[in-house]
Amino acid sequence: MALYSEKVMDHFRNPRNVGFLADADGVGEVGNAKCGDIMKVYLKIDNDTVSDVKFETFGCGSAIAASSMATEMIKGKPLPEVLKLTNKAVAEALDGLPAHKLHCSVLAEEAVRAAIKDYYDKNGVEYDQSQFPDCASCHICGE
Amino acid sequence: MIYADNAATTKMSPAAIREMLPYMDEIWGNPSSLYETGQRAASALRFARERIAACIGAAPDEIYFTSGGSESDNQAILSAAKWGERSGKKHIISSAFEHHAVLHMLEKLEREGFEIDLLPVHENGMVYPKQVADAIREETCLVSIMYANNEIGSILPVAEIGAVCHEHRIPFHTDAVQAAGHMPIHVRTQNIDLLSLSAHKFHGPKGVGVLYARRGIPLTNLIEGGAQERGKRGGTENVPAIMGMAAALEEACANMKENTEKLLKLRAALIDGLSKIPHSALNGDAQSRLPGNVSFCFEGIEGESLLLLLDDRGICASSGSACTSGALDPSHVLLAIGRPHEIAHGSLRLSLNAQNSEGDVAQILQAVPEIVGYLREMSPLWKDKQNGKKPFIL
Repeated sequence: MALYSEKVMDHFRNPRNVGFLADADGVGEVGNAKCGDIMKVYLKIDNDTVSDVKFETFGCGSAIAASSMATEMIKGKPLPEVLKLTNKAVAEALDGLPAHKLHCSVLAEEAVRAAIKDYYDKNGVEYDQSQFPDCASCHICGE
Repeated sequence: MIYADNAATTKMSPAAIREMLPYMDEIWGNPSSLYETGQRAASALRFARERIAACIGAAPDEIYFTSGGSESDNQAILSAAKWGERSGKKHIISSAFEHHAVLHMLEKLEREGFEIDLLPVHENGMVYPKQVADAIREETCLVSIMYANNEIGSILPVAEIGAVCHEHRIPFHTDAVQAAGHMPIHVRTQNIDLLSLSAHKFHGPKGVGVLYARRGIPLTNLIEGGAQERGKRGGTENVPAIMGMAAALEEACANMKENTEKLLKLRAALIDGLSKIPHSALNGDAQSRLPGNVSFCFEGIEGESLLLLLDDRGICASSGSACTSGALDPSHVLLAIGRPHEIAHGSLRLSLNAQNSEGDVAQILQAVPEIVGYLREMSPLWKDKQNGKKPFIL
């Protein structure tokens, strides 16, 4: 399909890191059913590093592909580096997304961020609130 | 490839292609020219007009060739609106699940001061004559209700709605784009004053359609120009396409009974098979629906993913999810029949034609449950429903 790049289709058809972690140290869920996409990211953290990551996604082809790519990009990375993950980097790694699908990469970034925030909250780690804006993608559905 | 998206467009029939060819390489003249090659094209046009008129129970001089369904819808609505406006009538009745060619034209008229009543659609995809009767006012200048819905396939009681309109001397337009060639049309007995159809929905060429306007209904031009189409639609006629349309419509009408019988069997098998998927629901009326239309919602998944994975298995279908259209909201049709956003995102439309086989249906029935199951496995929404955190809707 010409709508998506080969990269997107590869990550959509063969998504990496699908599933969940029963013993996750941080879990982040963003999006909502009304808008048609929900992403949930599970992180296992060892020594401030993402030692394992899984995702579950309800959404379109690019939402699944962006989840898959984002989890690949953060696996094995130290948290300070993971927090630098941007939606732009996810979209670029997928060789681009159609304009109306860019919010899928935003959701992927936010799901990862939400999972780290959950880890920090559970473990009493101090952090800068401004790194975790509230559901910035929600302008999409106006909620 | 299994093509199950005939409501989007159809493959051209060989008869339609055969009919077109001479008008590209032999009889390529302009029908407005007086020399022989032009006059032969003009006479072909007359013949096409007669054949199409005969298929829908109209007179040839009530047939206007257009560029397709959208243009026909636009011109029908604009014409009735302008006609009404001349006698101070600026109220139009239509329904919430019309095609955008109707709805967007009505929105435009609303900005110009018309009052538009969009009748609510029942959850089975029906609009009833009583609803129309109750909405009619002194100032009503047009009722426009589609013959059959393009997404959920429901067939509306147009003859009865037309009768209500005629009791009140109000012109009745029907968008018959999905019905023409698939359902019997007789404009006289069905009380239709204006009707739109599009050739590529019944195995004719794209970019050509018909506006039927009963004698006495004054048309307003969308395209000003020469004297073509009795001055109501300027521009040199697309003779090859018009010839292809005439052949395709004749063929579709001649084979309608046989095609319908075949499609009803395939449709029943599809609906039966897909209904076995837990937490799924058929959209639209089970009985009063287009013979080739099957529309379902599957809870917990999103339609675009489903379409892409069906495409990987060679199955072409469509969905009313927001993601497939590039819009933020899912299909207005599914919302109009009361499906919540979440459920509308998980919709699938399969629209068959008489060339589809039982083998196609078997493959679809193999693929859809597998893919729905796979997508549900990775859906956090589905998981939340299964573990009771969120309620099932279907």
